[in-house]
Amino acid sequence: MDAVQKAFNGVVALDGASLDIEKGEVHALIGQNGAGKSTLIKILTGVYHSDGGHVHFDGAESFISSPREAQSAGIATIYQELNLVPLRSVTENIVMGYEPKRMGVFIDWDEAHKRAREILQRFGIDIDVTARLGSFSTAIQQLVAIARAVSLDAKLVIMDEPTSSLDVSEVKVLFGVVRGLRDAGVSVLYVSHFLDELFEICDRVTTMRDGRTVDCRKMKGVTKLDLISGMLGRASSEIAEAGMTEFSGGEAKHGEVLLCAENIATGPRLTKLDITVHRGEIVGLGGLLGSGRTEAARALFGIDALTGGAVSLKGASARLETPAAAIKAGIALLTEDRKAEGIIPDMSVRENLTLALLPKLTRNGQIDRAREREIVQSFIDALGIKTAGMEQPIRELSGGNQQKVLLARWLAVEPELLILDEPTRGVDVGAKREIQAIIRDYVSKGFGVVLISSEFEELVEGADRIVVLNEGRSIKELKNPGITEDILVRALAHTGEEAA
Amino acid sequence: MSTQSYVSGSSQPIFNWKKVLKNHGGLVALVVILGFNILVTPNFLQLQTLFVNISQVATIAIVAMGMTLVIATGGIDLSVGAIMALAGAIAPLIFQSEFGQMYPALGVALAIGFPLLVAMACGLFNGVLVSVLKVQPIIATLILFISGRGIAQVLTNGNLQTFKNPNFSYLGTGKILGLPFQGWLAIAIACVLFWIISRTIFGRYVLAIGGNERAATLSGGPVRRVKIAVYIICGALSGLAGLIVVAINSASDAARNGDLMELDAIAAAVVGGALLQGGRAPIFGAILGAVIIQLVKYTLLANGVEDEVALIAKALIIVAAVYIQQARKE
Repeated sequence: MDAVQKAFNGVVALDGASLDIEKGEVHALIGQNGAGKSTLIKILTGVYHSDGGHVHFDGAESFISSPREAQSAGIATIYQELNLVPLRSVTENIVMGYEPKRMGVFIDWDEAHKRAREILQRFGIDIDVTARLGSFSTAIQQLVAIARAVSLDAKLVIMDEPTSSLDVSEVKVLFGVVRGLRDAGVSVLYVSHFLDELFEICDRVTTMRDGRTVDCRKMKGVTKLDLISGMLGRASSEIAEAGMTEFSGGEAKHGEVLLCAENIATGPRLTKLDITVHRGEIVGLGGLLGSGRTEAARALFGIDALTGGAVSLKGASARLETPAAAIKAGIALLTEDRKAEGIIPDMSVRENLTLALLPKLTRNGQIDRAREREIVQSFIDALGIKTAGMEQPIRELSGGNQQKVLLARWLAVEPELLILDEPTRGVDVGAKREIQAIIRDYVSKGFGVVLISSEFEELVEGADRIVVLNEGRSIKELKNPGITEDILVRALAHTGEEAA
Repeated sequence: MSTQSYVSGSSQPIFNWKKVLKNHGGLVALVVILGFNILVTPNFLQLQTLFVNISQVATIAIVAMGMTLVIATGGIDLSVGAIMALAGAIAPLIFQSEFGQMYPALGVALAIGFPLLVAMACGLFNGVLVSVLKVQPIIATLILFISGRGIAQVLTNGNLQTFKNPNFSYLGTGKILGLPFQGWLAIAIACVLFWIISRTIFGRYVLAIGGNERAATLSGGPVRRVKIAVYIICGALSGLAGLIVVAINSASDAARNGDLMELDAIAAAVVGGALLQGGRAPIFGAILGAVIIQLVKYTLLANGVEDEVALIAKALIIVAAVYIQQARKE
């Protein structure tokens, strides 16, 4: 495909993306969240239609207008969420829509099972094809999805984060299948956040940033540092020259220890996190998408149960089993997903702002409405929330002002530890600065903050220390002053391999 | 702010007439039905008509208010009719028992108190299924919808229980200032519920859960307990309505008491302005909805239209109410 463009409601999602995939190669597609990977894939598979540019497939210019057409043209997609039917048998899932018929009406099951078995054997999978698909592991289900795609004579298989729910041994099996596909002349477009995987199975890699494809090169000879700098838009030489400074240990120049979490784990996405927060300190959590940042926040706020490790608050061990318990213990979480987990759209600014504070505004079950209004007004003034009045429904506010209301919801409770997951995502520049100032101000009163952000600039400038996460583990700790974005990027890049 | 008849997550300015028409379609419908009746229905403007309608509408209104609370959390309760039958079946068993005959005052008190407790237990059962075991409300309450009436019929061997007990019958036939007792009761309940929804932390949580349950949980709200509580309240109000029906008739028929009440109650709540996805609890709206449903029934009955046809009319009202809801959202 060549110079493809796509805009949604005037917001440009793709701006001249080009991608060429050769026959029989495994091609990686990488980029940060919002870089345009999904949009590109959706155009390839006919879910979206491009506003400009051309797509050539198999030599000829093609106009793929629906997923159905993409499939018959030979493009198959394996999504993270499998589009299979777990309650039906393996065979049914493989032959669905293309069942062998007897006398034109009845399904020839013997033939169908035989065909399914043959297809799976090509991948070295030997399972009972008459069993329900749902009785097998995710990995097997994923392989069945791939088998189905191949049985439909796919020429290009698109895999979107295929390993995100697989364990190490399952990943090995999957890679074997991918190599098998390549050897059979099938092309694979491989999308993944796990950069290490790419070196193992991909031939070439295309990097996307801000809706453009910025770079396409052979996997051989590329370093992880190159990939990351491509995704972030910084020259790798620049990063390399900046050198690496280790900040480890170091006594606390801030107040007493507020939170100390050791070796906490909640599952495959968060396996080992160590983090300490002192009073008056902003601790950043740095990492790429999928590194376990959000999972760390969920663990500390009692949303996900701990499977290992221990948390102590102000020196005493704490059991945070529910958000309510965490709040009682003095922890608050500003969630990443403002719409789904933050605002109550039809409620007013006032009702949204006091939601967490309600128990403290209540005597004998009755809300003290005068005090409620007083507090809400003081926050509207202090944070500069632009609203027609506290009775205005929050859904009518701009993103930045909604975010300020949600921030105020927690500031009003005065939590000792405030966890902020992407506090400035999707808000305009002005509001962003104001929110950052509010956070600074809050910490100066002796409270602690954990800051999660995919914007490295925000982390580097905002945090006193940064705990670097990779694949669910905290791998390094950087300390300000002295952290630069380049140092952070290098810390991320030097995960696992200590070369270069 | 001060005289609004709807309580919702957001408050709108009151004197915006376009909005009033859109948001208060129920009032318009009420005026139309009243006008039609005054012109067409014989003897409509008589005190007797008013009494008959008040005593009938009270039970629908009481159940509809409970339903409104449940709907406000994003749930639904299909078991209200069955709970009415169950409560109504237990009461005569108590005051007609030997114990009840020996201590008449205590008997009547128990005959009201115990069925209400049973009704609340039914609500607790529904609430636990929904909020702890995470069963879909429509399925969870279907269990008692089916079995509740069955239990009531087993308790009474399927017999019609008739009785003469003026103290108990006061619930359905008593008058205060010349108006039926149950009408006053419904209004009193409405005032209490309105206060709860608009002034208490419990009411705020009810609306927050319906508005965004995830956000309510993450803000530390006691989501489980609040959801269980609304089903208990709905159960208690259904039980009370069941007692009133029995008191009106001086007879308890487990097969008919509260039959199809779930539909009337849902219709009344929706006509009154409740949103099925939750987040709004228009208590006085539920009363308005109940009045409309009752008046439509009465209009058709008084003009000689058959019962079966009346059911179709009721269905049309629900369709209209849901249509108005859709328009409201846009």
